[in-house]
Parts: sequence; C-alpha cells; structure tokens
Amino acid sequence: MKSRVAPWIFIAPALAVIGLFFFVPVIAAFVLSVTDFDIYAMADIGNLRFTGLENYARLLSTPLFWQALGNTFYFVVVGVPLSIALSLGSALLLDSHLARVKPFYRTALFAPVVTTLVAVAVVWRYLFHTRYGMVNYALAHIGIGPVDWLGDPHWAMPTIILLAVWKNFGYNMIIFLASLQTIPAELYEAARIDGASPARQTLHITLPLLGPTLALVGIITMAGYFQLFAEPYVMTQGGPLHSTLSVLYFMYEEGFKWWNFGAASAVALMLFGLIAAVTALLMRVSRRWIAP
Amino acid sequence: MKRGFASVFVNGALAVLTVASLFPLVWMVSVSFMPAGAASTLPPPLFPSAPTLAHYHELLLRAGMLRSLANSLFLATAVTVCSLAFNTLAGYAFAKLEFGGRERIFRTLASSLLIPGQVAMMPLFLLLKTMGLVNTYGGVIVPALAGVFGIYLVRQYARTIPDELIQAARIDGAGEFRIFTSVILPLLRPVLASLAIFTFLGSWNDFMWPLVVLADDKLQTLPVALASLSREHVQDNELMMAGSVLTVLPVLLLFLALQKHYIQGLVAGSVKG
Repeated sequence: MKSRVAPWIFIAPALAVIGLFFFVPVIAAFVLSVTDFDIYAMADIGNLRFTGLENYARLLSTPLFWQALGNTFYFVVVGVPLSIALSLGSALLLDSHLARVKPFYRTALFAPVVTTLVAVAVVWRYLFHTRYGMVNYALAHIGIGPVDWLGDPHWAMPTIILLAVWKNFGYNMIIFLASLQTIPAELYEAARIDGASPARQTLHITLPLLGPTLALVGIITMAGYFQLFAEPYVMTQGGPLHSTLSVLYFMYEEGFKWWNFGAASAVALMLFGLIAAVTALLMRVSRRWIAP
Repeated sequence: MKRGFASVFVNGALAVLTVASLFPLVWMVSVSFMPAGAASTLPPPLFPSAPTLAHYHELLLRAGMLRSLANSLFLATAVTVCSLAFNTLAGYAFAKLEFGGRERIFRTLASSLLIPGQVAMMPLFLLLKTMGLVNTYGGVIVPALAGVFGIYLVRQYARTIPDELIQAARIDGAGEFRIFTSVILPLLRPVLASLAIFTFLGSWNDFMWPLVVLADDKLQTLPVALASLSREHVQDNELMMAGSVLTVLPVLLLFLALQKHYIQGLVAGSVKG
C-alpha cells in the first residue's frame, strides 16, 4: 500500500524554502525593477511609485553602467577562454600515461578551487604589490621594470583575470579529466596502428569527443564569470578609475550603499538577460560545430 | 629517445603548473609567521628568519577573528546539517516516490539553476527584513535551508537504488518514513558525504550574501571580517597573510581529508547533467 500524502511531506520543506526564498523574490525583482523603491520607500512604503521602465532607461544612459558592462565583458571574454584552455591543457597532461604521481598533481592543481576567494584575493594583492611583491621581483630579473599592477587602470583587470584563472582552472580540469577517461582506449590503439602521432590523436580523437563537455563547461564557466564581484571588492574596490568595476559591483553599490533597490533589481535583471542571451548564442554555435 | 623527451615534457609541465598553483598558498603561510615589516623588504623573503605567532595572537584575541571563526563554523555547520536533511528528503521523493506533477515540479526547480542568485537578492533582503532576520544568523541560514543543486544530486544518486528494495520493505509493512530512515539513508551515504562537504565549503566561502545581510561586526563570517580588515590594514602584509591562513586553512584541510567524496560529487553533479 502506497501512501499518497508521504511524498508531499517529503518535498514540502524544501519546496517551501525554495519557493519562498528564491521563486517569490525572483518574481518580486521584476516588480521592484519598475518602481522607484529607495530608502524613503523602505521607511514608508507609501513613498513607492510605479515608474515603468524608467530604471532601465536611466541605467542605459549612465556612462558608469556601460563601463561596468564593458569591464565585465573584458573579464569574461579574456578570462573564460584562458581558464578553459588551462583546464583542458592540464587535464590532457594528467590523462597522459607518461605522467607520474598523478594523484599528487591532481590534488595540488585542484587546491586553489577550494580556497576562500577573499583570502586568496588578499594574497594576490601582496604577490602583485608594486614594491615588495614577488611578481615584480621575478620580472626584474628578466629586465622588466616594476608594474603597478593594481594601481594602473590597464593592468588591474588583467591581474584580476590571472587570479580568477588560477583559482578556477582546477574545477573544469576535473570535469575534463572525467570525460577523457570515458574515451575508449581502442580508439587510440587503432589510430596508433594507423601511424597517427600523439598530437594528431589528440586533435582528431580526443578534442572532437570532448566537444559536448567543452560546450557545457564553456557555458557554465561563462555564466559564473559574469558574476564577478569579490575580486574587485577586495583588491581594487572597483578602481583605479573604475577600471575593475563589474556589473555586480555596480549593483551592490546601487543597492546596499545607496539603497536604490528598484535600480539595483533592474541591474540584476539586465545581467540575467545578458547571461541568458550569451548562453543561447553559445548553444547555437556549439550545436553547429559539434555533432550531437 | 622520443618517448623520453615526451615524458620530460609532460612531467615538467605538470611540475610547473603545480608550483604555480601552490606557491601563493605556501608563501601565504610562510609570510604569516614573519615579524611585522619583514615581508616589506627586498628581495622578498621566502622563509621567516625569526618565526612568530604574533599576528595570529593579534587577530584572534584583539581583532575579533576568533569570534568570526566561531561564526563561520557555526553557520556552515548549521546550513550543512539542515539543508542536507531537506534536500535528501526531497531528492529521494523526486527519484523514487510517485505523485502527481512530480516531473513538472522537478523541471521547474531545475530551471531555476539558470537564474543567477543575485536576481533574488534585493527582494530577499526586504523579505528577511520584514521577518526580522536581517543582522541575525537566521538571515544566512534560513534562505540556505534547501537548494536545487542538492536535491538534484541526491535525486541522481537515489535513482540507482533498485525499486524492489523499497517494494520489499513496503510488503514487510514498513511506513514510508521508516523505509527512508532504515533502508534509503544508509544507501545514500556516499552522496550525502559529497553533498555535505560541498555545502560546507560553499557556505564557508560565500561572501556577497553574508556581506549584505550581516552588518554587525559580532556576526560577521571570516571572509567578510577579512575583507574589512584588509581595507584597514593595507600595508600590514604579514598580518593579512595570517588572516588569510585562518580563513583558508580549515576548508583546505577539510578538502584534503574528504577529497574523494568531493571529487566524486563534483563529477556526478556536472557530467551526468
């Protein structure tokens, strides 16, 4: 005899939490974004006015918002390919039968993933210190003068990208590694008998079979990189000259510094729209290039 | 001969990557033991010439980081224990119990994984403010009591449990909750271990939400406390490295101890998706 009530009792707690603290707020965000909800409305809800698309229009005519968008795109467009290339490269190295002490290498390369972003951002700030940092010290040996990594608007974002790549590549490396291990050994065996070099085997067997994983990893990594926040918060506070101000940092300041919750919700929704659009684009592209 | 060169290349490249991965962490530990000012010299010292625990002493006893450490431990543990219970119940039900609309509800839940959490942030803050939970531990714990990823992970794993096992228990007259606690839970142990360590690390490392919802110094988690300290002590490299060690070390050790479960969960959660 099966109980008809039991399943609902099993799922009720989780559904209540996710419904009340995620779905309801997401829907409310759309409503909030078409109001002028600010600190006055927070004190007395009677001050709230419906303003239509005014928040969106005002943001789109704010140069700083465009700069935040541009910075975030820079971070995504440079950071994601770099991160995935390093993940793929290290996964191929780890998968090679020539590699020794694999478990040690795997653990070491994965370690940055589990570290706390705020803490390693603090470490990074010291590593890239203009006068006493190890990076400039090492560069001096090959004749490169001190770079003001976090103080120069041209170098601040690249420094943050390096941190993100260092911290994140191990995650996708593990996923690629798992995917590589599902490729049957007979395929390589056959190619070897046909006289294909290891490089050709990688190019014509490994990479095509890795295609679907690559597409998935690319989309997930892209969505994550669009949510840049803690790195600039700790390392540069969005500076110098707003060169590391990200969309989420902009939202944070709009919402929790100026208490413009209406505008901040509009920022969050635009970021969501942007991520959704890029995801759709990448899915189209990957479907064209990768045979299902 | 050619094979020898390839082997040197593969192992050499892995060694270089390993040094790049570990050097910042090792140097962080080393500098944290240097006396104040020792790290602001040239050439940058690799090891402390006169190791000291002064910065840890200062941070834990004077700068309030002991309190933050306790906050982080408490919050991450509470979130892990509670969400594990909620997610496991739901994940099992979605995998093995039959009820109307099961697939539709699950698909709706899964689709929410596409929505960045920040979209919900402003309304969630207002909701918690109305409930009196802003600036309390509850502000961090309550919204994290259940999560779609956790439900998904448990569901994937629970689907591999044979139906006959559950049917046999039903024929023996066991109720659904009895079956869950005595038949299902022991079988789910591996995925529960993965999910527990995921949740704990995620909660410990989370930054933006605790930053927003816990304004009171006394309630701050380690990452939030470290971020605010690092803004005050821009020049005190040794002190800040000690703060980073305190923040990173607990989760790094936990990962090293439970690595197998973590990696298994990561692969199960992404590849099968």
